[in-house]
Amino acid sequence: MSNLKEATPTPDAQRPVAVDPSTGTILAADSAGAYLRASLVRIKGGETGILPVVAGLLLVSVLFQVANSHFLTAGNLVNLLVQASVFSLLAMGEVFALLLGEIDLSIGFVAGLSAVVMAELVKPTVGWPWWAAIAAALVVCALIGILQGTLITRIGLPSFVVTLAGLLFWEGVMLYILGDGGSILIQDNIVNDIGSGTLTRLGGWVVMLVVVGLYATQSWRRDQRRRDAGLMAPPRSLSMAKILAVLAAGVLLVLLCNADRGVLVPVYGMPWVILLVFAVVALWTFVLGRLKFGRYIYAIGGNAEAARRAGINLRRIRTTAFMLCSFTAGIAGVVYASRLRSISTALDGGTLVLYSVAAAVIGGTSLFGGRGKAMHGVIGGIVIAAIDNGMGLLGFSAAAKYIVTALVLLIAVTIDAVARRNRP
Amino acid sequence: MTTTTEGTAPTGPASGEEMPLLRLRGVSKHFGPVQALTEVDLDIPAGQVTALAGDNGAGKSVMIKTISGIHPPDDGQMWWGGKPMNVHTPAEAAALGIETVYQDLALCDNLDIVQNMFLGRERMQRGQLNEESMENAARETLASLAVTTVRSVRQAVASLSGGQRQSVAIAKAVLWNSKLVIMDEPTAALGVAQTAMVLALVRRLADRGHAVLIVSHNMNDVFEVADRIAVLRLGRMVAERPAAEMDRQIVVDLMTTGVSTRVAQPRPSAE
Repeated sequence: MSNLKEATPTPDAQRPVAVDPSTGTILAADSAGAYLRASLVRIKGGETGILPVVAGLLLVSVLFQVANSHFLTAGNLVNLLVQASVFSLLAMGEVFALLLGEIDLSIGFVAGLSAVVMAELVKPTVGWPWWAAIAAALVVCALIGILQGTLITRIGLPSFVVTLAGLLFWEGVMLYILGDGGSILIQDNIVNDIGSGTLTRLGGWVVMLVVVGLYATQSWRRDQRRRDAGLMAPPRSLSMAKILAVLAAGVLLVLLCNADRGVLVPVYGMPWVILLVFAVVALWTFVLGRLKFGRYIYAIGGNAEAARRAGINLRRIRTTAFMLCSFTAGIAGVVYASRLRSISTALDGGTLVLYSVAAAVIGGTSLFGGRGKAMHGVIGGIVIAAIDNGMGLLGFSAAAKYIVTALVLLIAVTIDAVARRNRP
Repeated sequence: MTTTTEGTAPTGPASGEEMPLLRLRGVSKHFGPVQALTEVDLDIPAGQVTALAGDNGAGKSVMIKTISGIHPPDDGQMWWGGKPMNVHTPAEAAALGIETVYQDLALCDNLDIVQNMFLGRERMQRGQLNEESMENAARETLASLAVTTVRSVRQAVASLSGGQRQSVAIAKAVLWNSKLVIMDEPTAALGVAQTAMVLALVRRLADRGHAVLIVSHNMNDVFEVADRIAVLRLGRMVAERPAAEMDRQIVVDLMTTGVSTRVAQPRPSAE
């Protein structure tokens, strides 16, 4: 058979790594260098992951920092992350729809409706406890997702149309509930703290160490399992380096958050909302990466017919994905209202949903289905918030912000398209 | 290969001393007024490659779908390993050990080789995907089939060549302890070297004891790989013989003109 062996796309890339002669697969690379070279081959092959957007984010940061030295201060960076939270959460929801090769245009106003439901229920005249009000809002959003998903999968309507109708319908419902007053104040302290509360300095350290500790054990055990099974795995040194890098990032984040960023009164500590975004991204990463359900979402986005033949229940998976999309939007709505300490008819769900699609795509999620991660939504959300924040510091108008955001979106899609063109 | 199923009686299970893995007798299938298969008899022995030839519209695809449970027959009998077989869904056929590789391969480009091979039948551990176990099984299967050209089983299928994709699709079918692998035009879109690679793979499957049913238009492929050749014409089985008793011209005649004309001249020698 050896004479039939085809030339691999990048034959020279095989040299540095140990290759199993029977299968041709790359075995555990024996040195960190070899593993990194193997990774480089994958990147050259078009599997760029989040690298382009992280590079872009760094570039944008440097530009803004040069133009205005306030950009990279602790206070501004933490504010930026808090600003990004609503975009990031919405974009993570949108990722579920995009992975299927569908789109959900309704989530901006679904988030708005979530905020309205929660705000109505925690009003002193109604008097629900904060957790019950939030749970009710999220349940409403999940039901909306199931309804829209069912229309899409059972009747076979295009998701674009169903969720476009959803955009209009849920805006109408939201305005109807808000009524003449046009806004609801939130007086519940815990609800307001979701958007503006912070941990104590010590609390920030403890939480960070616990989170990094969990990540380290998970990551180390996974790499170890792969090494034990004789599969391609990063060498111990690299596994350790990865964990230390995460620890360093955690330390940096806590230091940033613990610095005093107040203007009139001291403000410091890790904002709750950053932890919330972390929790959601961890949860959805687990669901998409480690569960059958997640695998099936990718399969449907890649080739729905293949998924159907493999015995996957397309309707159930698709409907569930739309449910999770709306559910995540519901979380975003709670955060939105909590940051403003109120909810009003000023909520622009149309712009929010377009930003969420842009954030997911900027982060690296494909519009054509099958490629994307929860993390992409978070990073894309941060990019959009960074542009908004940085240009705001430089005194640009909203008009300029829209134009620059549009250009960044185009650049992100172009990088993705060019990288994929290198594929065989 | 070693066993010759040629001597078996042409009818019924009663003679059952040497039942092939799959036996069809008098199988018919119609869709509304269209008679797709008419009283088809076919034996598919283990360890051999059976080629199913026929012109467009002869009923080859319906035949495959009947065996793989997509279109259960209206009439007739099927025996699997000597026992009456009654499958109504692809899942039931898969449970028996019948796997089909369709022409479009049904692979997800965005998933890697392991993920494709286990799609829909993932191995789980404490509620989570057991990637290590799946990756090892996929590598072992590919190695056992001597599929040597893939760089890594964690490569996305999008980065594979046509022949490699076909190999992955076949390996996917083999992974499930399948006894019968059905292939629809496995070489249709492949170049010369890749065709040879896939045909060698088909040969190895049979040598490992799988029964293989291969549908092909390509006479070169049929004669290169098949042990037995069955010819369908307008939904009827017009011939079913060892490949050594046929030649290209006979098969073409059978495909185009059917029973009446040249069936009577089987020369035992090839060309």
